[in-house]
This record gives sequence, C-alpha cells and structure tokens, in this order.
Amino acid sequence: MSKLTLKTEGNTHVVVTRRFAAPPETVYRAHTDPKLIQKWLLGPEGWTMPVCINEARPGGKIRYEWTDGKGHGFHLSGEYLELEPYSRIVHVERMHLPDPTPDNHVETRFDADGTGTLMTMRMTLPDAQTRAAMLATGMEHGMEASYVRLEGMI
Amino acid sequence: MSEALNLDAAFSALADPTRRAILARLAKGEATVTELAKPFEMTQPAISQHLKVLENAGIVARRVDSTRRPRRLAKAGIEAMDQWLAMLRKALEKNYDRLDDVLAGIEPPKIKKEEKNDEQVDSED
Repeated sequence: MSKLTLKTEGNTHVVVTRRFAAPPETVYRAHTDPKLIQKWLLGPEGWTMPVCINEARPGGKIRYEWTDGKGHGFHLSGEYLELEPYSRIVHVERMHLPDPTPDNHVETRFDADGTGTLMTMRMTLPDAQTRAAMLATGMEHGMEASYVRLEGMI
Repeated sequence: MSEALNLDAAFSALADPTRRAILARLAKGEATVTELAKPFEMTQPAISQHLKVLENAGIVARRVDSTRRPRRLAKAGIEAMDQWLAMLRKALEKNYDRLDDVLAGIEPPKIKKEEKNDEQVDSED
C-alpha cells in the first residue's frame, strides 16, 4: 500500500490521498456504513466510537462520538450534501471540543486504481486562519496524545 | 531549547501569503528587512510587523551583525512543525491501516450489469 499523503493547497484546502487494496465500492461502503466506520475511524489505540450515526443520503446526518473509556471524549457532527455511489461523497463536518469548530467542507473521491482504489479527500476550510487552527490543534480527534508526545520531544 | 515555539502561533503565522513568501525567501538564506521588503510592495514597518509574527511563533530568528539584524529561519521551529505534520499523518495512517483490515474482511460487491466476478490476477506494484 502506498503511504498516505497530506498536504495543504492554496490558502484554505488540505488534501489527503491514500490507496486501498479494495475496489471503490468496498471503500465507499466502509465510509458510509456505521458498523464498518466504528471499526476503523478511531484515532489512537484505546479510543472507541460508541455512537455512530451516518445517514448516507443528501441531507442525511452524521454524528460520531468518541471516548477513551476514561471519561474523555468529544464528538463530530455533519451533514451529507452529495453522494455518488461509489465514487464521490461531499459533506460538511465540525468538531465539538466542546465548542463547534468552523465547518470543514469535505469532498471525498474514490477512483479505481488497478484492482484497488485511490481515495482523495479534499477539505476546504472557511479561511486560512481556520485551516491553520485545524492543523495546529490536529484535524483528527485524539491528537492530544500525540501533542503530549510532541511536547515531550521538544 | 532557547527558541520559543508555539505550534498554534506557528501555523497561524503560515496562514498569510506575505509571511509564506518571506519564509520562502529566507529558505534561500538570511536577509535583512530592507532586502525582504524589496520584492513586496510593502513598507519596511509592514514587513517588520510580519517578521515579528514569525519571530514570536519561533520560526524566524534574528542575528546581530553590528548595525544589521539579518533574519533567518529558526531550525528548531521549522523542525517542530515538520514533526507535528508527520504525527498528524501517522494518526491518519493508523485509521487507514485499520481500514485496510476492515476492507480485507469485506466480500467485494458483485457488479450486477455484467456479472463481473472473475478473479483478477493480483499484479503487485
């Protein structure tokens, strides 16, 4: 598997790419089926997602709640805008930490790549400042753990 | 480490095109405020203001050279940002490694219209 790439684009975008060994139909399913999402969208070891609402239709709601089992947790909410099975998903999301972060507009593409899939996730933040804040605080939940490690390193 | 670093401030500092251009210039070597101001249609005080933001964020440092105060990239600050992005990548990668396992456990969906279910030879790249 090729490595993940994460890069900024222009003033307000972040683009993530990753290849998967499964066809787009399967990768798409793993992004829209709550039972499957709960198995992988977890962040650091030890975190779980007890609540996973994912209404994969335009206007459908997204709500993910994470916990570390030790009293720490937070959630993400969002709405689907467009879905093109099995090639493209457009949604907005925000983290609640507990105050909501500005909306992150996310377009996720699943393109056939040989027998596998190339996923391209393009995030658009309202402005450069928000993107900077997102990168600085960690766009993925559970980054606190990494942050602590980083502080230990410096 | 003597050079103060604040990741929030560092990433916020990058959220400005002029400051990114200043960093790009400093990546080629140190420069004074006058030299930095030249390519921009900005006054020296305006450039100094941007430099102050970069210095406070710990990604630009100044050197004292008699009357000159050339600025350079602060290696520790830049490296810390690098490390941070690498860690972000690692956390995302962890999710996707798990997704690899999930995908491996899913039967590929059958494509109805042409009943295409023939095993494709795994061409490892």
